[in-house]
Amino acid sequence: MKSFDYLRAGSTGEATGAGGAATRFIAGGTNLLDLMKLEVMTPDKLVDINRLDLKAIEETEDGGLRVGALVTNSDLAADPRVRRDYAVLSRALLSGATGQLRNMATTGGNLLQRTRCSYFYDTAMPCNKREPGSGCQAIGGYNRIHAILGASDSCIATHPSDMAVAMRALGARVEIEGTDGTRRTQDLGDFYRLPSDTPQVENALGEAELITAVILPAPVTSRQAYRKVRDRASYAFALVSVAAVVAVEEGKIARADLAFGGVAHAPWRNEAVEAILVGEAPSDALFDRAADTLLEKAKGQGSNDFKIPLLRRTLKATLRELTAEAAR
Amino acid sequence: MSETIIRKMQMDEPDERRVLDLTSQGLIGRPVTRPDGPAKVAGTASYAGEILPEGTAFGVLVRATIAKGKVASLDEASATAMPGVLGVFTGERFLRNPAQGGADAAPVQGASEVAYFGQPIGLVVGETYEDARHAAYTMGVTYEPADDASVDLDTAKSERPDAKQLDQGDLDAAMAGAAHGVDVTYTTTPDSSAPMEPHASVASWDEEGVLTLRGSYQMLRHNRIELADALGIETEKVRILAPFVGGGFGSKLGIAPEAVAASIAAKALKRPVVVAMTRQHVFEGTIRRSETSQRMRLCTDADGRLTGFGHDSKVSNLPGESFSEPLAMTTHFLYRGENRRIGHEIRRVNRTCAGSVRAPGEAPGMLATECAMDELAEVCGLDPIELRKRNIPDQQPENGTPYGTRLLAECLEEGAHRFGWADRKAPGERREGEWLIGMGVASAARTNMTAPASARVTLRADGTALVETDMTDIGTGTYAILTQIAGEMLGLPADRVEVTLGDTDFPPGSGSGGSWGASSTGAAVMLACEAVREQVCLRMGVEPSALTMRDGEAMAGNTRRTLEEVVGDEPVAATGDFEPGSTTEQRVMASYGAHFAEVAVNQTTGEVRVRRMLGVFSAGRILNERTARSQCIGGMIWGIGEALTEDLVHDPRDGHVVNRDLAEYHVPVNLDAPPIEIAFLEELEDWGSPIQSKGIGELGICGSGAAIGNAIYNACGVRIRDFPATPDKVLAGIISEEEAGRLSSGQEK
Repeated sequence: MKSFDYLRAGSTGEATGAGGAATRFIAGGTNLLDLMKLEVMTPDKLVDINRLDLKAIEETEDGGLRVGALVTNSDLAADPRVRRDYAVLSRALLSGATGQLRNMATTGGNLLQRTRCSYFYDTAMPCNKREPGSGCQAIGGYNRIHAILGASDSCIATHPSDMAVAMRALGARVEIEGTDGTRRTQDLGDFYRLPSDTPQVENALGEAELITAVILPAPVTSRQAYRKVRDRASYAFALVSVAAVVAVEEGKIARADLAFGGVAHAPWRNEAVEAILVGEAPSDALFDRAADTLLEKAKGQGSNDFKIPLLRRTLKATLRELTAEAAR
Repeated sequence: MSETIIRKMQMDEPDERRVLDLTSQGLIGRPVTRPDGPAKVAGTASYAGEILPEGTAFGVLVRATIAKGKVASLDEASATAMPGVLGVFTGERFLRNPAQGGADAAPVQGASEVAYFGQPIGLVVGETYEDARHAAYTMGVTYEPADDASVDLDTAKSERPDAKQLDQGDLDAAMAGAAHGVDVTYTTTPDSSAPMEPHASVASWDEEGVLTLRGSYQMLRHNRIELADALGIETEKVRILAPFVGGGFGSKLGIAPEAVAASIAAKALKRPVVVAMTRQHVFEGTIRRSETSQRMRLCTDADGRLTGFGHDSKVSNLPGESFSEPLAMTTHFLYRGENRRIGHEIRRVNRTCAGSVRAPGEAPGMLATECAMDELAEVCGLDPIELRKRNIPDQQPENGTPYGTRLLAECLEEGAHRFGWADRKAPGERREGEWLIGMGVASAARTNMTAPASARVTLRADGTALVETDMTDIGTGTYAILTQIAGEMLGLPADRVEVTLGDTDFPPGSGSGGSWGASSTGAAVMLACEAVREQVCLRMGVEPSALTMRDGEAMAGNTRRTLEEVVGDEPVAATGDFEPGSTTEQRVMASYGAHFAEVAVNQTTGEVRVRRMLGVFSAGRILNERTARSQCIGGMIWGIGEALTEDLVHDPRDGHVVNRDLAEYHVPVNLDAPPIEIAFLEELEDWGSPIQSKGIGELGICGSGAAIGNAIYNACGVRIRDFPATPDKVLAGIISEEEAGRLSSGQEK
């Protein structure tokens, strides 16, 4: 581990004031510390934000929830309002990691998890994300856990978060404090970047900017599911996952907010898929059409080709489950 | 203390005295809790890397980042200029890879020749672990890569050693003329032992040039010789301590690179050095289980009696390594079939060294044989249990040797009854929503082995007994069973027996490997206790046959004395020496069992979840019902890993281990382990050990994965021949079954 300076921030302003290109904020540290031990990440300075007042889950004026960036995954998953109104989020959180990790991992940190690509993790390997311009060894290598959507010739990594997939389906916004102390919010979909030819740029955070909260919109009448397909029953990242917020009214699909994990550099959402579903009566043929659109540009890399049929089947099964009563 | 008496036994004939049935303390077989348990739970049982002498420096290994070639230079100057760095070490005595189990000699040495990606090529030592690690990870290394690195199994050089081939009768003719037959090829991926405690060594030298190494090793009598040989010093100058070992599973059978590196650095720096491998080092720099390819050719007559049995296998290892995964271990004796062919091919590759991983041979070998038997049962139209029972041979089918105790048929029958086997349905017939449910069965068998072992037992003045041996407890329960054997023999409750292990200053035990520890070192303790009992008789002036020892008292006729009275101020000590002998040639000895598994296969995703398992085992005398059961459960859970999740991936281009951590190398987690029932059938094996036990440590993994593979087939009609059965493979099979119309989508209303 490279030596680093350590600063404990007493305010968000102090944190952003201490930020910079070679500085990282540390909260739960469940991912950052591992990466520092491996020297995949080698910051000069850590700014500990654990003492900041960002641990509350508060109701917003429009009936949504403002989730502080330091709310742990365990606390967020257990919050009665989340369990009642945003079940997809609670389930996604509980499907991730382990109890011990969820007790440490925070909302802001979870959004900023780095990919689990093995080539990113091994400093002996070229990796455009770790060392821009060095190449991508996952292409042509072992890429079973890699992306089928939105990848580039520079990077085929996936984003590993479950939480973020559920938040994407819920239409969450990220609250960010800039170095001037002002806060802005940004749709989670705009927050994340696809790899393109700059896979080292993963999101819209500027240098020294700090995530202060995630804002969930007011709950909607819906049935919700988070379905995660994985290699073992627990403590495994998603091969594919589907977060779904679905409503059926008078036999027709009234809402189908869908996000997908394990398939792209960011939680994936495609409004065209939802448009196919909304206003129609649920049926397998309809679900297949939705899947056709979702997978229209899907591309396997060899060891991950199976994700294409797997995502189709998982999407269809999730939609069947959530529209079952209406279809009867 | 009077002179130590030595009691020897070489196992050239069965020991039918059944000494452990003649004593009366009542400890044997009981589920005695581990005496070392409280210390482990409280964290006071110290493992190798946890006891650091004053002034210990920290070493971190440098890994090679090419598959094959020479190290042209290590930038030692830059590294030693970094803060806290004390030195960089490398050289001709560094180990390329760990010694194979029982090698009694150093493995290939020399850090400048690289034979695989990840090979340790140097050691950076620093004042702190962090200093050393940073320098090791950023060490400038230049190479002269070889252009003939061999990382592709298909094009690698191949060897077919004569001693590992068998051709008996005419298998081709038998297959051609058979009523029923299968000719199928199974493949398995490499595994890692992934012990909970990574490999670690703390080396320190005294002024007389004696090296003390606190290490994490399984077989100290051998490790001591290997370490001395690697360093070029006399064996007597090496002492190894390993009182607690956090799992080994074969990866700690032979001395490993970190021990030699720590010893070299400690000598040069004149201070103790600890080298603890990272998890990544363990995955790429210790040993792996070889991947396998196994062609199974089985054929029967019209009644389902095997007439031919072929098992042709391919495995891999580094050039020059003697070990090759012995896949046909049980094939030689488990089933009948007069026409037999066993072929064995070794591909030489520049990949992490292959070596013994729990049940070397049987674990992947029985995945293939027991799944192929399931396929054969189907083409024969027989229940898989019935097929197995019809093919239990009367004598070893290759050389006619009689069998020792063998309750295979009884285990299968008892298991079928307990598991509800009669309720098994045809593939695809049992459905719960998206989940298809199936049952599978497999035989378990593990060759019984013993090894030379010595132990010293001292009856002390306070009426307690002390057992001393360099035997190890790698989490298996050695402390418990040796306590029980000594307590049983000397009439002492468990809390009056002290067992001290893992110190080469003690008599050499068998070490932990090959499931032989209990039968071998347990025999040595029993023999020592027999000699102690005879001394007690002499002191009491009674005949051995008249002596009863119980609850700290010795009784004979009308005489009754406490052990304190018998011992007085003259402790009684004796050493037991056990040696395997010709009984291993007179009888085919193995532990047996039957595995049953019920799985649920998700038709949408191909995910497989094991719902319940049962193992019925016969392994000679069960010394401790609790630790024996734990061993079986642990093995069966690893069977889940073999069948479903564990896959050590090598990059196709440079052979490096891709998934070097426990996040991406998937061992089963708690939620993957279903309720597991274990039952033991009673038997006593007189031919293997004077305590009538047989090996149990590896039995649980032998065949358990096959029961799961067979259950997957029974659930959904997908025959997995490429393990592990990850969702992608199962899903591909399900889609084929659906497209062929053999599996309904499950969506019909």
